[in-house]
Amino acid sequence: MKTIYLDHAATTPVDPQVIETMIPYFSTYFGNASSLHSYGRDAYDALEESRKQVAELIKARKQEIIFTAGGTESDNIAIKGVAYQNKQKRQTKGPHIITSTIEHAAVLEVCKHLQTQGYKIEYLPVDTEGIVNTTELENTISKDTFLITIMTANNEIGTIQPIEKIGRIAHDHDVLFHTDAVQAIGKMNLDMAKNKVDLLSISSHKIYGPKGVGALYIREGVRIEPLIHGGGHERGLRSSTENIPGITGLGKACELAAQRMEKDTIYLKKLRDQLIKGLLEIEESFLNGHPTKRLVNNAHFRFTGIEGESLVLGLNDKGVAAATGSACSSKKLQSSHVLTAIGIDPIHAHGSLRLTLGRENTADEIAYVIKVLPEIVDHLRTMSPLWNR
Amino acid sequence: MADLYSKKVMDHFRNPKNHGEIKDADATGTVGNAVCGDLMTIYLKIKNDTIIDIKFLTFGCAAAIATSSMITELAKGKTLDEALKITRKDVADELDGLPPIKMHCSNLAADALHEAIKNYRKKKTKK
Repeated sequence: MKTIYLDHAATTPVDPQVIETMIPYFSTYFGNASSLHSYGRDAYDALEESRKQVAELIKARKQEIIFTAGGTESDNIAIKGVAYQNKQKRQTKGPHIITSTIEHAAVLEVCKHLQTQGYKIEYLPVDTEGIVNTTELENTISKDTFLITIMTANNEIGTIQPIEKIGRIAHDHDVLFHTDAVQAIGKMNLDMAKNKVDLLSISSHKIYGPKGVGALYIREGVRIEPLIHGGGHERGLRSSTENIPGITGLGKACELAAQRMEKDTIYLKKLRDQLIKGLLEIEESFLNGHPTKRLVNNAHFRFTGIEGESLVLGLNDKGVAAATGSACSSKKLQSSHVLTAIGIDPIHAHGSLRLTLGRENTADEIAYVIKVLPEIVDHLRTMSPLWNR
Repeated sequence: MADLYSKKVMDHFRNPKNHGEIKDADATGTVGNAVCGDLMTIYLKIKNDTIIDIKFLTFGCAAAIATSSMITELAKGKTLDEALKITRKDVADELDGLPPIKMHCSNLAADALHEAIKNYRKKKTKK
């Protein structure tokens, strides 16, 4: 059976050009980038070329990029790194770090951990479309606040935050601004030369690069305390012999993202809108998130009376790979904190479905989903005690 | 393609047995909580203390649907005393097992059946 992959927010296939770029660095140019001989120099050159490619995608300077083992690690280094740099503030009263209620676990769990270490965290609510209120943000800042961490775009519902404005507010109050841009990278223009972003997290495997590698943008002059101590790699901020194959893969993926962004975003938006229009024809179906301020590849729905996992397994039977918008995602059973934050009651949150598109999807595939999904919804509703017949 | 569930669970999920309502049911039993993501109602037709027809309506994951379907097969034709002996474990075993995380939350079918029988007996003693 032909399968259709619609879960690009979870991960993406590695682009063949990315694989091609990586291969020589496993056994031909396998050197340690710290070594002085030619093997080492080859690895070092690849490392620095990759750094340039990442920097160019977000219009940053090369020396502002450090490589990490993924988006989660980048978030940890950014938030804990800034927090530990401001340890003395733990004695003060006001909120030290301001974040939102809809962050990814890689941010929320770090904040929760810091609370156990004496830091005070303020979790800002969002509106029903998932957007942080910037007036409320500004009012929450105190003289004790040293960091705002708010994601660029949400991984579940795809809502895009006003990060330009948040950056300006942070800057005006002399507060650092970190943003988890893992989902946004490659799908919208992110310009570090223009935006007042101080730290920005990137993951490779969301943009057709390999898993296990990421990057963190740290604006020149921003000081953070390292979490991983050792041989002093990455300017002493992240020791560990550099993963050159992974890093060259991320570099190439960033280069391709920059080249394709304009075409990709127009194409994905068209497919996304086709999908949204088609699926909202289903009785009692709703779009979660913002109608326009959403990632070009994100469509997130809820269907009254049915449960997300059944829907995903039903789709899987038809060859379509999707994600539950919430809940029973096999590991966690609670309904999603993001859907709760935008005011969706748990019963409806359970009936959510996330479809995230990628550049290899076609209009025919979307048409197929629009054809089969209503049948699955109907089938599940015939069994549901919550469906009004 | 790898499945999260056993083949039997998937079979019952894909082709559930005995789903729907019984309009003139002699008893019903509802358990679970839609807020947690699983809600199940069992409908019984009873004659001479024997279950002559049984149907279910379930809101929940594939495991919840499969256990509902399985319990209807296990209970049909049984006397009420026999049906009360069907345990959660029996249902899971008949389905060749459930993932550990689903054993509690989604394995409610036996509870729904017992609830329906209890309701039936309560109603009868009142008469």
